Amino acid sequence: MNLKHVTGLLCAAAMSLALTAGAQAQDKVVKIGVIMPMSGGTASIGAHAKAALDVATDIINNAHPELGNFPLAKNAGLAGLGGAKVEVIIADNQGNPATGQNQALRLITEEKVAAVFGSYQSGVTLTSSAIAEKYGVPFLNSESVAANLTERGFKWFFRTTPIATDFAKIYTEFLADMKAAGAKTDAIALVHDNTEYGTSVANTIAGAFKEKGQPIALDVAYPVNATDLQGQVLQLKDKKPDVVIMISYTSDAILFAKTMQSLDYKPAVLLADDAGYSDPSFTKAVGKISQGVFNRSSWVVGPPGSPSAIIADMYKKKSGEEMDDTVARQMQGFFVLADAIDRAGSTEPAKIQAALKATDLKPEQLMIGYKGVKFDDKGQNVLASGAIIQLQDGENYVSVWPKANAEKAPVLPYKGW
Amino acid sequence: MSFVLVQVIVGGLLLGAVYALFSSGLTLVWGMMNIVNFAHGDFVMLGMYVAYVVYTLMGGGPILGAPLATLVLATLGVVVYFALIRDIMKGPMLAQILGTFGLALLLRYSVFWWFGANFLSMPQDIVGGTYAFAGLRIEASRLLAGIVALLVTLGLHLLLTRTSLGSKMLAVAEDQTAAQLMGIRPDTMQAIAWAIAAGATGLAGALIANFFYIVPTVGETLGIVAFVTVSLGGFGSVPGALVAGLLIGVIESLSGYLIGAIYKDIVVYVLFLFFLWFRPQGLMGKM
Repeated sequence: MNLKHVTGLLCAAAMSLALTAGAQAQDKVVKIGVIMPMSGGTASIGAHAKAALDVATDIINNAHPELGNFPLAKNAGLAGLGGAKVEVIIADNQGNPATGQNQALRLITEEKVAAVFGSYQSGVTLTSSAIAEKYGVPFLNSESVAANLTERGFKWFFRTTPIATDFAKIYTEFLADMKAAGAKTDAIALVHDNTEYGTSVANTIAGAFKEKGQPIALDVAYPVNATDLQGQVLQLKDKKPDVVIMISYTSDAILFAKTMQSLDYKPAVLLADDAGYSDPSFTKAVGKISQGVFNRSSWVVGPPGSPSAIIADMYKKKSGEEMDDTVARQMQGFFVLADAIDRAGSTEPAKIQAALKATDLKPEQLMIGYKGVKFDDKGQNVLASGAIIQLQDGENYVSVWPKANAEKAPVLPYKGW
Repeated sequence: MSFVLVQVIVGGLLLGAVYALFSSGLTLVWGMMNIVNFAHGDFVMLGMYVAYVVYTLMGGGPILGAPLATLVLATLGVVVYFALIRDIMKGPMLAQILGTFGLALLLRYSVFWWFGANFLSMPQDIVGGTYAFAGLRIEASRLLAGIVALLVTLGLHLLLTRTSLGSKMLAVAEDQTAAQLMGIRPDTMQAIAWAIAAGATGLAGALIANFFYIVPTVGETLGIVAFVTVSLGGFGSVPGALVAGLLIGVIESLSGYLIGAIYKDIVVYVLFLFFLWFRPQGLMGKM
């Protein structure tokens, strides 16, 4: 290597340094690590979440005056950080708690993300948030409902979604109302998979009904991603409970619907706990044979021109799907995290953590039907809430409870096909 | 015997026949050339997607979808043999495992890319609803799959034991050099074996698609069952796969109903390991 080469290399190095420095000054970027199931049995959820976060970052990074006073929409980028853009780095958790944990580690130590967002399955959120806690990086969860996630005394974990205890309360009240209206709701069966989500939500719901003096009559557990569910449906057919509560991911929800039809089994009330039943591919695949199933949801689309309607439109253009409850909760959670980073005016973890703790969003600042967003000491949003929706026509859910916000009256009994 | 129990057993038998159907291709490839095809579950998945595409494009049910899926997968089987298997067979065991595993991921993520991750489903009554007699309910689509499973397994068995093609294939499996000296081309025979195995797998996929959901990762769920069926039945034995499939189907159904679904896999695998302890070659396998 002669002198000419060396000077040439030095020049190149200096130029690239100058270029990157210039680029940094122009668009400062806030990296947010996102852990989602991009492959495996729940990959459809990951694909929808990705489309939703694309829309959310578009709203944050570009000016969207049509959204009015919706937080972060008006100007381009995060005002608190001099117009910095938000960049989403997606990591695939494969629906596997161990993989989720590794991805959290990679995002934090290698990608140096300012905060972590995820991870759909409660079991994966459990492990990945433990890594964020260890490294002192804020972790925002928007959709995992296992109650214990916020019972671990974590300081860096924040959750915007209503959780199992909230839903259990909704279910007891809803069924009490149905009973008052003349439906038989005495014997309740719980059907759930053996994941963190399935077992913990089933336990919480069973506890809530027991407190009301109505112990669960039948508990049907099955392994997640089952190849066959005839035995379980026959168990239900045998014991004839009045109400069946389904706690299932998409694959099993579809197989249950098909098996229930082939064995001609219909409970009087079929009530689903979100998850698989909110996946648009569930309604497309088996909606027509699941008419009248109840489901819980926090998503209600507002009148045309309202932020929620505009955002739902943007999402539909991006993904080709209707906005569903899971995706809406994820988008809302992401906005809460971005809002906190904006108010923190920094990517320092401690400042973001403090800003999250100070979060106090009002219903009109949200795209979803929560009563607001405000975290308690455990990191749980105390203003999260939900409603009951019903798949009356086999294609689209309509809100049916509580009465104040209902589009239609609930229809009983479960029609099926 | 309680009435529900009859339904459980019938359901288990039909399920088991399907297990047998999608396992026969795996056992055939092993018997012919000692290769474990880790892409097997994803062949089933492709068969399901072919049937689905046929249904959405031409509105055809299994009468059109099943033969087409068989044809497409048989062709794929030959291509895979010449492009991949022929070469990795000469390599170490690890190369064979990783080669077919890589193929599995390639197929799975190609389907992901093209069809997306959403769950798809055929219309529930595509094969004509459910038969009900004396309170017993049998889905036409499952019955069809069960009957075809029995016929295909029988056909494969007869092909291998009663025809000159079968004898040639077995000769190649026994001793390639000796077969070559007798004027049999090992390449051709092995390619035919791959065509038959993949074709049967595609047929299985097309029939399962009538009552199961369709998703790119469905091969993971079904592949495991195929491996257990084949090892219980005896690697390389087609009738073994049939008996093992039926056995597993009934044991799964019964234990799922009687002692709870989350224990059914424990029951199946405990019996499986216990059985292999006494008979490591499987039900009908050769040592």
